[in-house]
Amino acid sequence: MYTDKVLEHFQNPRNCGEIENASGVGTVGNAKCGDIMKVFLSIDSNDVITDVKFKTFGCGAAIATSSMMTEMVKGKTLKEALALTNSEVAEALDGLPPAKMHCSNLAADALHEAIKSYLEKQGR
Amino acid sequence: MEKVYLDNAATTRVDERVIEVMVDCMRNNYGNPSSVHSFGRDARRLVENARAQVAKLLNAETSEIFFTGGGTEGDNLGIKGVMAANEKKGRHIISTPIEHHAVLHSLDYLLKTGCEITMLPVDEYGMVNPEDLRSAIRTDTVLVSIMFANNEVGTVQPVNEIGKICRERGVYFHTDAVQAVGNMPIDVKALNIDLLPLSGHKFNAAKGIGALYVRKGVRILPVQHGGSHERNLRAGTENVPGIVGLGQAAVIAQAEMSEKVERLTNLRDKLISGIIDGIPNVKLNGHPIQRLPGNVNFSFRFIEGESLLLNLDLKGIAATSGSACTSGTLDPSHVLLAMGMSHEVAHGSLRMTIGKYNVERDIEYCLEVLPEIVLRLRRMSPLYEGI
Repeated sequence: MYTDKVLEHFQNPRNCGEIENASGVGTVGNAKCGDIMKVFLSIDSNDVITDVKFKTFGCGAAIATSSMMTEMVKGKTLKEALALTNSEVAEALDGLPPAKMHCSNLAADALHEAIKSYLEKQGR
Repeated sequence: MEKVYLDNAATTRVDERVIEVMVDCMRNNYGNPSSVHSFGRDARRLVENARAQVAKLLNAETSEIFFTGGGTEGDNLGIKGVMAANEKKGRHIISTPIEHHAVLHSLDYLLKTGCEITMLPVDEYGMVNPEDLRSAIRTDTVLVSIMFANNEVGTVQPVNEIGKICRERGVYFHTDAVQAVGNMPIDVKALNIDLLPLSGHKFNAAKGIGALYVRKGVRILPVQHGGSHERNLRAGTENVPGIVGLGQAAVIAQAEMSEKVERLTNLRDKLISGIIDGIPNVKLNGHPIQRLPGNVNFSFRFIEGESLLLNLDLKGIAATSGSACTSGTLDPSHVLLAMGMSHEVAHGSLRMTIGKYNVERDIEYCLEVLPEIVLRLRRMSPLYEGI
């Protein structure tokens, strides 16, 4: 049911962990529905994402989308990162099973929450 | 890579001796048991022989066994057939929230047709209190449907007491014994059971074959209409190879029962204590003692079941989970929720079910790889912080 890319990211997740004193942190999902994603960002003075890490409680799709998302936004500007959508993350993994498109495809949302927290902290 | 099958509650490997009699039947006895000629008579003899074999496993009369297409069909026929035949007495049914969907969804259907359903609560182990049953029985109660042993958590119900109460109060006792038959001794007479569906593929027979035990005297109507097969209760040409295989599986199960129960219980307890000793923050789901010989079900806190399953699969181990991702809905297992478990913990459940072809090494291998996988997933989990 999962593509090879999903399984590969699930087995070898990129950028899993935390960033101490992160510029922004965002969390989406809840334990009740079985998926929680937490994203940590380091952002430099030019609004470029210099580092990104994640922690995820969830199924294979939740872990793989988190991992893929971090690869897609590292080195990108906040503007570029804000334009990333959940379906683009799923596409980059060659798709997800239909049942997973909603419940476990939250990585871009978590990223956007982390950016929002950074902008709020900055008073922007 | 080692391959370990720990999903015997989902289905079992067919016993070679069952395959042998099935193949021989397909090759040499292809007659229709309803036919008058010698081909038909030979097939009929095989069917009736198998009926006696299945009856013996349950301590039932041969005439009380009706072959079906499996457990789901037996539940549908047992429940709907009895309610249809006893409308004059009433339309009230008593059951539990931890039943298999074959029962729960049959009850949903009957609710729409005007039946009333009372659901008895279960405790944290998934156990029904017989006193709750006693006080729930009304004058218009026709049927009590309480499963023999739960497919997810393995809890074995106090069937003896439930049967006694039902018999005393004159209500029919239907018990879904799909997980129990062939895996633990069952005596339908001693336990006062009126209706009991079983499924072949749960005890090393083929898929698509089962039986419904209907105690002599129980008023029941067919739900599938057609020819006069199975004494007018289940229309449709008999699945002769399946039936012959089911009979053979029943003979084997009976002959090997005590050895099997002892061996599976030992393997089960080895796996349970290995997990408790080797992994912190785990909870055994289901009753610690009143449980199926082969059932192990744990919740691993801070992680989700499907990712656990996938990791085990990558290591060659086949198991199952009660997480939402594997239930096909947004909610985790209805059984775990009915036992009072939080959604979060229910999402992290893992079921490993041991069968007669498992060996000690399978359990050792599982205990070698599981702690590592759990730790790895916990390190990835935002819920694990600060623990």
